[in-house]
Amino acid sequence: MQELYLGNEAVARGAWEAGCRVVAAYPGTPSTEITENIAKYDDIYSEWSPNEKVALEVGIGASFAGARTMVCMKHVGLNVAADPLFTASYTGVNGGLVIIVADDPGMHSSQNEQDSRYYAKSAHIPMLEPSSSQEAKDFVKLAFDLSERYDTPVLVRLTTRVSHSRGIVELEERQQVDLKDYVKDVKKYVMMPGMARLRHKVLEQRESTLAADCNSLEINQEIMNGTKIGVITSGLVYQYTLQALPDASVLKLGMVYPLPIEKIKSFAAKVEKLYVLEELEPLIEKELKSNGIDCEGKSLFTVQGEYSANMIKKAILGEDAGEIAAESDLPVRPPIMCPGCPHRGAYYIMKKLKLVVNGDIGCYTLGALAPLSAMDTCVCMGASIGMNHGMEKARGTESSGKSVAIIGDSTFMHSGVTGLINVVYNSGNSTVIIVDNRTTGMTGHQNNPTNGKNIKGASAPEIDFEKLCEAIGVGFIKTIDPFDLKGFETGLKEALNFQGASVIISKRECALLDKKKWMPALSIDKDVCIGCGSCLKLGCPALVKDGKKVKIDGTLCVGCGLCVSVCPTGAIGNGENT
Amino acid sequence: MNTLSILIVGVGGQGTLLSSRILGKYAQLSGYDVKVSEVHGMAQRGGSVITYVRMGDKIASPIIEEGEAEYMLAFEKLEALRYIQLMKKSGKIIVNGQKIDPMPVITGTADYPNGIIDRLKNKIETFVFDAMSEAKEAGNIKAVNTVMIGKLANIMAGSKDIWLEAVRACVPPKTVDVNILAFERGYKL
Repeated sequence: MQELYLGNEAVARGAWEAGCRVVAAYPGTPSTEITENIAKYDDIYSEWSPNEKVALEVGIGASFAGARTMVCMKHVGLNVAADPLFTASYTGVNGGLVIIVADDPGMHSSQNEQDSRYYAKSAHIPMLEPSSSQEAKDFVKLAFDLSERYDTPVLVRLTTRVSHSRGIVELEERQQVDLKDYVKDVKKYVMMPGMARLRHKVLEQRESTLAADCNSLEINQEIMNGTKIGVITSGLVYQYTLQALPDASVLKLGMVYPLPIEKIKSFAAKVEKLYVLEELEPLIEKELKSNGIDCEGKSLFTVQGEYSANMIKKAILGEDAGEIAAESDLPVRPPIMCPGCPHRGAYYIMKKLKLVVNGDIGCYTLGALAPLSAMDTCVCMGASIGMNHGMEKARGTESSGKSVAIIGDSTFMHSGVTGLINVVYNSGNSTVIIVDNRTTGMTGHQNNPTNGKNIKGASAPEIDFEKLCEAIGVGFIKTIDPFDLKGFETGLKEALNFQGASVIISKRECALLDKKKWMPALSIDKDVCIGCGSCLKLGCPALVKDGKKVKIDGTLCVGCGLCVSVCPTGAIGNGENT
Repeated sequence: MNTLSILIVGVGGQGTLLSSRILGKYAQLSGYDVKVSEVHGMAQRGGSVITYVRMGDKIASPIIEEGEAEYMLAFEKLEALRYIQLMKKSGKIIVNGQKIDPMPVITGTADYPNGIIDRLKNKIETFVFDAMSEAKEAGNIKAVNTVMIGKLANIMAGSKDIWLEAVRACVPPKTVDVNILAFERGYKL
């Protein structure tokens, strides 16, 4: 049977077919749909863990216990999971352990475009890289086999275009893979210096065996055409290469770490000119050059963003593409908070109070954009609270009472709670706004420890923010509906004036979570509207200029009513536009 | 069949992913190789979104690049203009006349371009209609997707039965009837 699967869906299918029993993950674009699809298989235990480090630790435990296990994350998530990653490389596995990492060249939905292949190299873990949905499934199955055969975790690297492209996938049945026996083995599983030194030797031996064996691995595939141009590539860039250079010979690397150096040398000897085509960092190119293999790569290309077939055609063949010129000077269309978004109220007040706002990762990062423009910093998951504390400690009273950290419910659970503990412990004066929209919004509404539901939508214990903050020792805690603008402003001012750590829980459900709650579109009475533009400061896409006045786009408005509370003349109400 | 490339462009939240799913299903039912590249994540929050559908005997890259697209389904007219360089001169654009102001227009730092439809028509064959009214007439304003697909099906020819089967397979089960009506309205435009 064949299905048209997203790369991420194919990864999930591959794990299921490989007899995988446990999957843990934290959502992050472009990796999220892997675990969402895993959750549909009842013979796999799956969970959203609070962060990637915990997910990988769950994975390591499940593997030691004898189960085939998969852990999924985006590239920056692997930073969070890096601590267990490096040591799991020492311990090796019992049941196969596959770690999926999805990179985002071009930063479609990320804060940086780091190259996860360097993790494979520095943690000494083999890494596979598929170029299509079919390969995504096949490579995941192979990764489980390699993991058990070589006693190592195996990384599978995806990129956005592989994760989010659909292709035809041939489906197979699930393999019956029994739990392996768990046998206590402190020399393998307890990593303290005496044991770890021994395991480091095992790791080194394993890596050199793999480096030799990967020369005969089928997924490192030589496709000979002409001998004028040879290309070494992997992942989706392989597909661009096929399209751009149909006459070239290609060595397609299915395993990007370690590299099959002997195979590469033999391929290089067969072609007149050798190119390395790899997005982001010149990892393969540098490895080749250090082995004395002449090749060209980043001198013709870039470490920024994504490659394309036309880019390859232009750089190697000097051919231009395109028949119609692009239109210049069109207004850009950046992403925005949705109509009815609960974050809009919180940002409106923060902007009004002219606060320095340390931001975090989620839909609410969009508060940095005009017209709200109410965010000063955003670095990584959970960073807002630590950074706010740091600012206060650096600038003292100049900063305290005038700055806030804003962080989402899921992000707070991911890595914000440690920052808050730090503020309390080190006598900080920070105000933290937890924007609790009852879901993990930006990645497409995953449940988390604070909304009372698990990955399958079944009821789960719900962490109470107020009690948690109280237990940590936060002195001022208040839950407010961010659409109660007056109440929010008063509450926030109290929190800012409070000496010590203070938390506002800005609680209102994501507008997309329950569309049944949407109200009929509002409208503006033109005779009453004075065109002051107060409502436009909310940055709601449903409020648009109409000459000197404002009108409501009835196809976008969800009737949330926030604009009603900022209109000084009461021009906004129910009914048709006049 | 040589590779056929179809762009679907619009504004995040307009539901363009359903169109790409129907097109993917159509290709599959027709026995073609097919790849569909979607946009997930941040751009889905009201940003400019583009989806690529490529079908043919054997598809390598899922991405449509400059000068490659035969057809474009545009759910918003400014977005049609934004991606025009990806079209072949001989291509055809099907555009829903809807206008959604991007935030720089709302905040007054940019103007919504005038005469978009004329600018499109000067470069390429363009079909414009009000897909939202058609969807409303069919019984559900959300059926814009299938109105657009209906028009594309008519232009692309091919078996109407396969198109209908693809629509039935992809829309939510409860909405099959209204979507078939919407498809037919688009088909007759």
